[in-house]
Amino acid sequence: MDILKLISTSLEQGEDERVRDLVLEAIAQEIAPAEILNAGLIAGMNVVGEKFRLREIFLPEVLLAARAMYAGMEPLKPLLVQEGIPVLGKVVIGSVRGDLHDIGKNLVGIMLRGAGFEVVDLGTDVHPERFVDAALAEQAPVIGMSALLTTTMPAMKEVVELIRARGLQGRIKTIIGGAAVSAEYAGAIGADAYAFDAAKAVQRVKEMIL
Amino acid sequence: MREIVHFPVDAALPAAEEVLASQGMPGRPALPEKIAALLDEALQLCAQLAEPRGIMADISRQDFAAVYDGEGLNAAETPLPAIAERADALALFAATLGEPVSARIGDLFQADEPALGFMLDAVASLGADRLADLMGRRFLEILSAEAGGCTPATVLPYSPGYCGWHITAQRKLFEFLRPGEIGITLNSSCLMQPLKSVSGVLVAGKGEIHRFRPKFSFCADCKTHECVQRMASVRGG
Repeated sequence: MDILKLISTSLEQGEDERVRDLVLEAIAQEIAPAEILNAGLIAGMNVVGEKFRLREIFLPEVLLAARAMYAGMEPLKPLLVQEGIPVLGKVVIGSVRGDLHDIGKNLVGIMLRGAGFEVVDLGTDVHPERFVDAALAEQAPVIGMSALLTTTMPAMKEVVELIRARGLQGRIKTIIGGAAVSAEYAGAIGADAYAFDAAKAVQRVKEMIL
Repeated sequence: MREIVHFPVDAALPAAEEVLASQGMPGRPALPEKIAALLDEALQLCAQLAEPRGIMADISRQDFAAVYDGEGLNAAETPLPAIAERADALALFAATLGEPVSARIGDLFQADEPALGFMLDAVASLGADRLADLMGRRFLEILSAEAGGCTPATVLPYSPGYCGWHITAQRKLFEFLRPGEIGITLNSSCLMQPLKSVSGVLVAGKGEIHRFRPKFSFCADCKTHECVQRMASVRGG
């Protein structure tokens, strides 16, 4: 089995140390960093994502694979930066103002990273201005917002309105999720997309920017 | 009556099978080895970090009606007023697993240990739910002692944020109960800290008072329909 396939299958198994060792070996074999990333790590995460979508594996297994992906990215990242390899896209995420829940938001971040996106995680209790300022500063075309409470979901609308007020619609798109919100709510506030779960969020972000 | 209760950690820990079921995972025999190991580690961590405690205070129907109304944002029709009206006794409660568990969950995600963080979150969420039941049991004991051993049939907890009871009612609940005494605070969004906390009202009475037809306006948006299981749990009470 070639080393990229080995990286991919080891990642599927969540074998983080093995993945890191294999990536180091691939680097030593002078395989292009972009190829290690795409044909090794991302290919493995894509299989994991598909198995999860088909309910063949459970979320903790996806997260173990994500940890293996991080382990593989560690030695690879400086080389990707050095060679100016562009990431798939950048996404700013956060739990909205007043909301301290972050499990759902964290899962979205992990799945996005696993799919090859760069994620700027603003954390919890993020004010509307901070979302927009960060998207501009990071040149991120997508803002992902999470809310678990009916009391905090109106902050999502504020972000959408702020984007419009600054004339950034079309340039910065929004996706929302979390227990409190729905596709109907996304439509009502003018968000560009809604995702029921982390796997759907990745799919929607891909549809929005690729 | 106003009482602070400290629970043994074991009492607040959910069973492994319960955690798996809550995540839609199969029981131990069919569970991948790595997930079983994660679950064991999460249960162990929760046992080390949890500081389960609660506070309860009895409340009259009249005072509860004011707490329930909160800031006037409840759904137009909700089941709880009629349930409370027929209750033998009511008590407001809040309970928490404490800050260290919530903090560790965040730390695990930060440290790129999301699988364990996720599993610990699942364990702690069920642990917090379990605290509501433990508070209910303690309320039953108190009522039983007061009534010379004659115990109401059931106690069920109801919480703001569910069944049309708007979460902003937390503010009045907190004003009345003052759970800051056990370290639970409310932020401007009515979110409790530590995150793994529960609050609400304990309703004691015959099992039949808890039954209602889940046909309210908000039932269509409900993602859990837990009321059906809750009502089944008190059938014949």
